[in-house]
Amino acid sequence: MITCAEAVRQLWDYLDGVVEESQRELVEEHLAFCRRCCGELEFADELRAFLATHAADEVPADVRARLTTTLQEIERR
Amino acid sequence: MVRATVATSPEQEAADRFRSLAERELARLYALARRLVGDDAEDVVQETLLRAYRSFSRLDDESAGGTWLTTILVNCCRDHWRKQGRRVEEVELDEADDFSLFRKIADEDPFPYSDSVHVDFLQQFGTEDVRAVLASLPELYRVPLVLVHMAGYHVKEVAYMLDVPLGTMLARLHRGRKAFERELWSYAERNGLLKEGART
Repeated sequence: MITCAEAVRQLWDYLDGVVEESQRELVEEHLAFCRRCCGELEFADELRAFLATHAADEVPADVRARLTTTLQEIERR
Repeated sequence: MVRATVATSPEQEAADRFRSLAERELARLYALARRLVGDDAEDVVQETLLRAYRSFSRLDDESAGGTWLTTILVNCCRDHWRKQGRRVEEVELDEADDFSLFRKIADEDPFPYSDSVHVDFLQQFGTEDVRAVLASLPELYRVPLVLVHMAGYHVKEVAYMLDVPLGTMLARLHRGRKAFERELWSYAERNGLLKEGART
């Protein structure tokens, strides 16, 4: 049996699928009875999605133009 | 009619392939650089393109070109930080290690009339806010966080990219997430985002 602190520490790794099998079982055993840690798990998943949705950026037209010029110049060298 | 065919040299073919790869990856590299070095993103991407072109002949598998360019970009970011005299090192984050944003939001209950206080909290942040929060984290933790959770690389790939053992990478990622949670809360406090309808 693991404590809430130990479970919470592993929740992101659990979602990423990088916890070892034995640890995964312990996390799932804990989640089966701990409602608060289930909330932590759901929120960790929300945070992962939150980071992913803020990952993209439009390249401003002037920046794209300058970088395209860079590409042309390095080819001429 | 006889058509004249112009033979292209192997060098020109390689240059064309490089250009095609670089143009395909440009937006992704720029977005990544914005999250790693902020306003210096353009300089870092430019340096990345220069270095990548010079070593393009050493890229064995062109289907892995995106990851290859990302690795060069990360190295350019590290050089950029070194030039600025910033040392990339472990810092004490013991308090951050145990911080739980989930509990903090539940305890403080910033939006008492909300049925989904945690989601509402996150919805206060725009892309610029997230970038500002990321910028406040030490590079050592920001880089894995951005590469795994924003660029979508697997933790093992990032460990390989940064040439650190997987256990070290997992520890940095954990600390990075916790520091990010703590900074999200602090940023929201400082910028008045903890008020009902702050961004509506």
